[in-house]
Amino acid sequence: MIPRIYIPGDSGALALGAEKVAKAVRAELAERGIEAKIVRNGSRGAYFLEPMVEVATANGRVAYGPVKPSDVKSLFDSGFLTGGHHKRWLGAPDKIPFLAKQTRLTFARCGINDPLSLDAYKSLGGLKGLQNAVAMAPAEIVKQVTESGLRGRGGAGFPTGIKWKTVLDTTSERKYIVCNADEGDSATFADRMIMEGDPFVLIEGMAIAGVATGATKGFVYIRSEYPHAVAVMNKAVEIARKAGVLGVNVLGSPNAFDMEIRVGAGAYVCGEETSLLNSLEGKRGVVRAKPPLPAIQGLFGKPTVINNVISLASVPIIMDKGATFYKDFGMGRSRGTIPIQIAGNVKQGGLFETAFGLTLGEIVDDIGGGTATGRAVKAVQVGGPLGAYFPRALFDTPFDYEEFAKRDGLIGHAGITVFDDTADMLKQARFAMEFCAIESCGKCTPCRIGSTRGVETIDRLAAGIEPEKNLALVTDLCNTMKFGSLCALGGFTPYPVMSSITHFPEDFKPAPARVAAE
Amino acid sequence: MTMQAASTEIASRTAAIVQEMKGLEGPLLPILHGIQEEFGHVPQDAVPVIADGLNLSRAEVHGVVTFYHDFRARPAGRHVLKLCQAEACQSMGSDAVAAKVKQLLGIDFHETTRDGSVTLEPVYCLGLCACSPSAMLDGEVIGRLDDEKIDEIVAEVRS
Repeated sequence: MIPRIYIPGDSGALALGAEKVAKAVRAELAERGIEAKIVRNGSRGAYFLEPMVEVATANGRVAYGPVKPSDVKSLFDSGFLTGGHHKRWLGAPDKIPFLAKQTRLTFARCGINDPLSLDAYKSLGGLKGLQNAVAMAPAEIVKQVTESGLRGRGGAGFPTGIKWKTVLDTTSERKYIVCNADEGDSATFADRMIMEGDPFVLIEGMAIAGVATGATKGFVYIRSEYPHAVAVMNKAVEIARKAGVLGVNVLGSPNAFDMEIRVGAGAYVCGEETSLLNSLEGKRGVVRAKPPLPAIQGLFGKPTVINNVISLASVPIIMDKGATFYKDFGMGRSRGTIPIQIAGNVKQGGLFETAFGLTLGEIVDDIGGGTATGRAVKAVQVGGPLGAYFPRALFDTPFDYEEFAKRDGLIGHAGITVFDDTADMLKQARFAMEFCAIESCGKCTPCRIGSTRGVETIDRLAAGIEPEKNLALVTDLCNTMKFGSLCALGGFTPYPVMSSITHFPEDFKPAPARVAAE
Repeated sequence: MTMQAASTEIASRTAAIVQEMKGLEGPLLPILHGIQEEFGHVPQDAVPVIADGLNLSRAEVHGVVTFYHDFRARPAGRHVLKLCQAEACQSMGSDAVAAKVKQLLGIDFHETTRDGSVTLEPVYCLGLCACSPSAMLDGEVIGRLDDEKIDEIVAEVRS
């Protein structure tokens, strides 16, 4: 048997030198005259171990990581092609604690094989969900998705099945499935990982959505900051089309469904569903007022399912294993699993898919292993740039949509950024306002003007100018933005700002007092 | 080449791109990406051609071009270096990285060095948040930036 060596082609792994490792492995193979197959898999998501190289041995996979190009020679010397011991030896990848502790449903296949091998996809249960779906009545599919309890993983948490039902019940000669892959929130990379590591699961999920709602055309709107994801998705769509997964007869059924990959152009606000639709139509990405709901009048005025990548990629397993299987994971009204992305100043950063319900403290301290710098954790921002900053005092909050809302936060797209005790929360609050000012689409005043006034007011606070008055002004401004903005950009920017002020008041004291306190 | 000839050249190459893509649903963004790929920016002279091809007003096309951060009014330097400045990278010192790169290159964000070698831009998230601080150099991703990697990047764009 020719040895198989797996070296991730995922952009996270590439950013850490996977390409140089691959080059070194190739050179070493040539020099030693060994014949081996190099497979460029996706990432399993343990980024603190990337580039993680795996070899297929008689006793299963053996992983090594993080591998540097300078390690390659000694890896060969240690007999790594048969699983030999080396300082980078990690053992069987699914036994690595960070991976072993996960419940992988949506990411079950991500990082294991060549993402563009449809055969590998099928060998690990791929396409079973779609096969089941094409044999069912649309209303039954929608019912199954509704009963699974799946809620929009983009951040809003709206029940996916209900959205689909609205589109199914709306009569139109043309309907669309739009996948929101404009993953702009800092600390999030789940969408990118799926698109680069298991693109067929997204294609399958979209095809199921099409069959379920009578939509025949799909678009994936991917942000331009993800060139690798764009490339993989384009190739995957081509392969799926040739294999009859997409086309006029999806898997040989009478259902037609095809899709296109579209690339954004650097506007954060296009992650908001209505501005994304405008952008797809070739317009400025300004937010639309709702109603009408996109499910009734969406893309080009037609009924449109618009879902996040992870929502759609979670559908195949629901259609394969059933609603009850999925629903049995989780807590309260948050059912199933959630891919938590642990990021920023953290020792063990990466993607951790698990049932809802872990506490924030367990995620940060036990799984993340605390800060990368080794200092104390000061704050954790949950849910991206529009999410609240949580202090250690709130680390008992369970990861659940409602529990986070109760504590004036949100789980958003489930990205969490860890900050150590050097963080200045006034600076973070100022950045939230500044980011809103840079990215505002300009449609509504509280967001467009409020964000700029917010930056100015926080600057006055920092300079110690009338602190009480300016603090009251920021609070009032946040209130106006929260209730007066059309979408989550202006509406949620107050979360990071107000949570910083509420939980870290010492950082907002006038400068002389802050110096005196230190 | 005279100004007029250059303008005619832009018009004809733009027209070809418009012709190729106008059959798409919602063709404007793909067309603009195509034009930027062709010219390195979206030239003023391309706007009326696009407007004409898609039956839009020039103001509408101008409005779309200027809405998106990606579309450039002028060509970039030979290299484009994007430094992530979003929260996850902030938590790992992206401010200090940006300050150092700016000092080494002698330019601020949104500027190009005088010799045209590199354009420096901030970016808000590259999805490499567990490998912070991160950057993108000409489409290639770089994570866990440290002094050594910064020096390598600067040497590469200067060469």
